[in-house]
Amino acid sequence: MREKNRQDPEDPVLPAVEEARALTCGVPEAGLGETFAIPIGPIHPALKEPIRFTFRVRGERIVGVEVRTGFAHRGIEFMGMRQGRNLIQILYLSERICGICSVSHPIAFTQAVERAAGIEVPPRAQYIRVIISELERIHSHLLWAGVAAHELGFDTLLHLTWRVREKVLDILEELTGNRIDYAIPIFGGVRRDITPEQYPKIWEALRYYRGLLEELLDAFLRDPTVEARTRGVGVLEPREAEELCAVGPTARASGLRKDVRQDRPYLAYPDFEVKALTPEDFGLTPLGDVYDKMVVRLLEVRQSLDIIERALEAMPDGPITSLPKIPALLAHLKRAEGEGLGWHEAPRGEVIHYVRLVSGDESPLVWKVKAPTYSNLMSWYPMFEDQEIADIPIIAASIDPCICCMDRVHLVRSGKEETWTKAELLRLSWEKTRRMRR
Amino acid sequence: MSGWTIFGQALLVLVGGGVVGLVYRGLDRKIAARMQARIGPPIRQPFLDVGKLLVKETVIPRTAVSWLFAAAPFLAVLASFTALLYLPLGPFPPVLEGHGDAILVLYLLAVPALAMALGGFASGSPLGVVGAQRELVMLMSYEFPLAVVLVAIAWRLSVRGFAPAFSLGTLAAHPLWTSVGPLGVIGLAVLFLVLLVVTPAELAKIPFDIPEAETEIAGGLMVEYSGTYLALFYLADAVRTVVMAGLVVALFIPHGIAAAVGLSGAAASALDFLFWLFKVFLVMVAAVTTVRVGMARLKVDQIARGFWLWGTAVALGGLLLLVLDKVVRG
Repeated sequence: MREKNRQDPEDPVLPAVEEARALTCGVPEAGLGETFAIPIGPIHPALKEPIRFTFRVRGERIVGVEVRTGFAHRGIEFMGMRQGRNLIQILYLSERICGICSVSHPIAFTQAVERAAGIEVPPRAQYIRVIISELERIHSHLLWAGVAAHELGFDTLLHLTWRVREKVLDILEELTGNRIDYAIPIFGGVRRDITPEQYPKIWEALRYYRGLLEELLDAFLRDPTVEARTRGVGVLEPREAEELCAVGPTARASGLRKDVRQDRPYLAYPDFEVKALTPEDFGLTPLGDVYDKMVVRLLEVRQSLDIIERALEAMPDGPITSLPKIPALLAHLKRAEGEGLGWHEAPRGEVIHYVRLVSGDESPLVWKVKAPTYSNLMSWYPMFEDQEIADIPIIAASIDPCICCMDRVHLVRSGKEETWTKAELLRLSWEKTRRMRR
Repeated sequence: MSGWTIFGQALLVLVGGGVVGLVYRGLDRKIAARMQARIGPPIRQPFLDVGKLLVKETVIPRTAVSWLFAAAPFLAVLASFTALLYLPLGPFPPVLEGHGDAILVLYLLAVPALAMALGGFASGSPLGVVGAQRELVMLMSYEFPLAVVLVAIAWRLSVRGFAPAFSLGTLAAHPLWTSVGPLGVIGLAVLFLVLLVVTPAELAKIPFDIPEAETEIAGGLMVEYSGTYLALFYLADAVRTVVMAGLVVALFIPHGIAAAVGLSGAAASALDFLFWLFKVFLVMVAAVTTVRVGMARLKVDQIARGFWLWGTAVALGGLLLLVLDKVVRG
């Protein structure tokens, strides 16, 4: 038997644990009732990725929360901006920002680059991009539903949901060659066409999910225990959602009709007149609780099925890319000068990529990624307010967080956290701009 | 009976109880897996788990109260196994018949829960402390309906003049179903239902697994336990499942089938014993396996409110029906 928790001052994680332990074992706060701190994370069964919450609780009630990120920053933007990588190589990097939204980031990135370099995308390619991204939405929402069930301790639902999710992954594999990381968009189009033999398979999968949808709604929305655990839990008021700039299903569950596909249509989306879905479309008054978030995501599965069906029916003929020759594409991109913004409604919300290209340089001068979770982080604070410890996992999961997509640098020097003020960050930004102008 | 005979029987029951407990745990996992469309572990997996845990390193956290932390698993195992000795095993009376009654069994069933709570508090982990608090709240919630069930049946037996009414042996030897009127049957059915609902709570299984709640508090009470201690808790839990299911069988379905088949002597005992094992298995599947597969985890306030309001009300209603039945029939 040995003592654990040996302290290593160079390890950024251990001080966090020690700090939480000190909070716990320290003197209880004066006043009514004792509060104590519960550390959740950076490694915890409820979290699929490293992030740390320190909850201050009184009994089972949460009276305060502190969220700390920075455990999984991978510096992908930095890798992309380093000299010596061309944009096609960076496209593959962008695909690896998120494993679940692995077509959302490339779609936003290619749009940004296409705008910067003035590249047209043929209609057929736009349709294929839409189809793949909607298939991705189905798989992502089903994945989330399974995870949510698991967080509620309802593992049976997890197993069943993930089993039906296999079908859409099979279709994605059939269309792109991969279950995730599809490598489908490329600047000026897509890399693979949908062949005539593949249509029946897609139709069959769509019929499969149509038939299943009612069962899914039944299993999730009409189960008494699931309802008992999610109704009135993790409420995000519409005003809060608006003020905290929540995006995606997190905002829509609070009743905000906010969807990039509706507000700023792109690619082939104008053809489908996508409407942002809120619980009202299911005949409910939006409360913004976890149940509503579940409703919105499940309804979006149906919406995606509709979009894919219409896209398959209206699929235009023609080339799938405007610049099929890679050397020509690279040469064009190298000559290009300018900046571009690309956006996409990922399953988790709005993802934005900003790119600035300089003529004569293969890699972009600036590449900025904003993942949806980054916008949704702050909505955790009102959602956790006055909830119970038992609600922590499902509330944390309810925004469908993707931690390492959004993670930012967190400075820890010799075991001590360093905080940068707004003024310091501004100075840093000025210096960077000056460097870039040189 | 001489001391040595009792000792021999006790040893047999204890070893047998441990083995049956682990086999049933394996069956439970296998059945649950099949219900969830998984293949599931082999039935011998619990034996492998316990064996593996026994040879693993046992870590005691620096912040723990080490003697209390170490004592808890032994307390849990001792209480669970002792409860086995007071359990009627189908055709065989309890090994320690006459040395303690059903009230003692209630306490012996509560001790492992208390021991786990002690261990949780002693572990020095905030997650362990939360788990321990939840365990205590749950203990306070389900103990009352459980006691009501037991008292109702023992009271009905004592009215009929069987002594000692509070011995599980007596309770099992005189099933009440046929000796009460229609009101009494309804009352018994209600009590049976209450006991079936209390069973997963007593065993801290979903939807009542809040003291451990993996996704919430990472194992709660058990979070700091490892190696031998964890193996002991695992074993105690497996045995407690058999005891709890055995209690349900003893109170409500103690009937044998040997007489109906027309056997007598040793063959009848053997058949009835096998039938008893089967009944225990059925109760476990009905009250533990299917329930934990078909539900989400509840919250501590929902459970406490549920048991205090509904559990208690329904149990008292059952008791009332039994009393009414007695009054009506005179």
